[in-house]
Amino acid sequence: MSPVNYVYLAAVLFTIGAAGVLIRRNAIVVFMCIELMLNAANLTLVAFSRIHGNLDGQIMAFFVMVVAAAEVVVGLAIIVMMYRSRHSASVDDASLMKL
Amino acid sequence: MESLIGLLVGFPLLGAAVLLCGGRKLDRSGHWLGVLLSGASFVTGVVLFAGMLGKPTDQRALHQHLFTWVPVESFQANVAFQLDQLAMTFVLLITGVGTLIHIYSVGYMEHDVGRRRFFGYLNLFLAAMLLLVLADNYLLLYVGWEGVGLASYLLIGFWQFKPSAAVAAKKAFLVNRVGDAGLAIAIFLMFTTFGSFTFAPVLDNATDAGEGKLTAIGLMLLLAACGKSAQVPLQSWLGDAMEGPTPVSALIHAATMVTAGVYLITRSGAIFNGAPDAQTVVVVVGAVTLLYGAIVGCAKDDIKKALAGSTMSQIGYMVLAAGLGPIGYAFAIMHLVTHGFFKAGLFLGAGSVMHGMNDEVDMRRYGGLRKYMPVTFVTFGLGYLAIIGFPGLSGFFSKDQIIEAAFAKGGTQGWILGAVTLVGAAITAYYMTRVMLMTFFGEERWKGQENEPHPHESPKIMTVPMIVLAFGSVFAGGLFKAGESFVHWLEPVTQFEHGHSPVSAAAVTGATVVALLLGVGGAWLQYGRRPVPSVAPRGSLLTRAARRDLLQDDINHAVLVKPGEYLTRGLVYADNKVVDGAVNGTAAAFGGLSGRTRRVQNGFVRSYAVSMFGGAAVLVAATLLMRAV
Repeated sequence: MSPVNYVYLAAVLFTIGAAGVLIRRNAIVVFMCIELMLNAANLTLVAFSRIHGNLDGQIMAFFVMVVAAAEVVVGLAIIVMMYRSRHSASVDDASLMKL
Repeated sequence: MESLIGLLVGFPLLGAAVLLCGGRKLDRSGHWLGVLLSGASFVTGVVLFAGMLGKPTDQRALHQHLFTWVPVESFQANVAFQLDQLAMTFVLLITGVGTLIHIYSVGYMEHDVGRRRFFGYLNLFLAAMLLLVLADNYLLLYVGWEGVGLASYLLIGFWQFKPSAAVAAKKAFLVNRVGDAGLAIAIFLMFTTFGSFTFAPVLDNATDAGEGKLTAIGLMLLLAACGKSAQVPLQSWLGDAMEGPTPVSALIHAATMVTAGVYLITRSGAIFNGAPDAQTVVVVVGAVTLLYGAIVGCAKDDIKKALAGSTMSQIGYMVLAAGLGPIGYAFAIMHLVTHGFFKAGLFLGAGSVMHGMNDEVDMRRYGGLRKYMPVTFVTFGLGYLAIIGFPGLSGFFSKDQIIEAAFAKGGTQGWILGAVTLVGAAITAYYMTRVMLMTFFGEERWKGQENEPHPHESPKIMTVPMIVLAFGSVFAGGLFKAGESFVHWLEPVTQFEHGHSPVSAAAVTGATVVALLLGVGGAWLQYGRRPVPSVAPRGSLLTRAARRDLLQDDINHAVLVKPGEYLTRGLVYADNKVVDGAVNGTAAAFGGLSGRTRRVQNGFVRSYAVSMFGGAAVLVAATLLMRAV
């Protein structure tokens, strides 16, 4: 199987993730979609690593995973705090950052 | 001796300071302080005059350096006085006539609540006028020049509760401002040309400067003289200036301040001698004004305005004489002094008449007053004979000399000027006879009016100054003429050349007397033989124009005021619409744009995400596109 197909799969995953971020209101789902996009990016990195036959992409993927893990911690903490203060996990309710 | 010069200015300046700052405590006695200090200045002047007479002719000029006003490198403005024969003449005229008018004012202003303020202003005027004639440089002269302008403004508008007086004061001030600008420019030009504005270096080196520069300076000086001396085209303020109290008209607007222009031209003689074109303009201005003022004087029914027209005309004679160069300077000053006597006397007489007639100024409501005011009649009559040039009186000698000098100008110009001065003499005789007949002769037209006045002679304090001035009007001319004493007195300052007239002196005198008789006869036919109507008849076109000062205000209005108004309106419109429009438009455009842009910040995370994705997509697209190219 051609490794290019993984790139196509990654594109599909990224699109799904982006659509989820734009469409869904639930902060948890939005968060999950962001993870999906990150993993789609990881998949591309690994796929290109395979196509080009060097390890740069795979190393990069590990870095992304580490950063993603850290981001999950911060992001979930924010969502929990948000829920506690306003009893809702909808991102549209948290629309105070405007004039 | 030199140290006394400062006192001449110092006395009245002290008087002005004390009277104007002294407050109500001085209301009862302040006027006597004004008289005293004015008199002290006169006595100082006489002492200096006596000292001057004791010296040989070429050592008479005194000089006093008080302090350096602005010491900056080559720009040295000094407060220094120069008392030479020309300045001395003016000092005696100003302080002498000034003191007499101060005394007269004590009686004239007796019932005025502002009498202390009036005397304060009069003293201020004396100080400024003396500064003007004593200054040894043009900058200090300018200080005095502005000072007399200020005093004139304050005194014309002395009764400022009358709107007409307030407006007249403002008009005089504004018109004078045009002339003052000319003087300022002349001083600038002098400084760039000669590197100095002190009389001695400027006038001694005048011949080196080149005719173009001298003409420019001369014309600017003439503009200044026109403003101050009410010469065409800046003559319009003098008639309205008669709104001031009559002693003011006598002192400032007849005897002294209005002659400052003649002083300026005579003092700057060296400049004009080197600029024949400027001299021609001076002569033309003088000739035009002398006819202009005389014609206006013929039509006015207001006694003070008739005299104001006459003042304008007589100063026209002086300016004309001053424009003739060294053949005329001395005669200009001689006529100035004799005019100072008889015109001040005439104005004081007019004031005395008004005093007895409930402040009525319309001559058509006078008539037959000689029985009621004998002293006023006689003094006014002597002033009248002097101004029309009755042989033997002072006006005859001084005016005759000017007419002779005008003929001596030579060529066609000489004939034209001679003719103009002769015609002027005839008109002078006409309008003065008219004033005389309408006021003191004929029917008593004031009888049977509402508020019928009770004509009475003025108190002694007013009549004595009039008598003294009448003596001056009678004898000054003969005294000056005897042995050419006045000309020799002034010669070291103004130079003198004998003009060579194409007509003999006797013929000129004869022609002057004929002109005089024609004028008097004409006036008698119209106003003496027939009764004067107490309501002014419609009159000819010229009469009606002359009643409106030959349309001077209409012309100023049409040529200056209206276009100025349109220009202002245009500028205001352009400022509102174009300048403000551009500024406000830019601001509004940015405001609107910002308002629209602000809507992007709606607080929804997802819309921010959209813009992020959009931006990323654009970046990727751009990168790919660049790759492809």
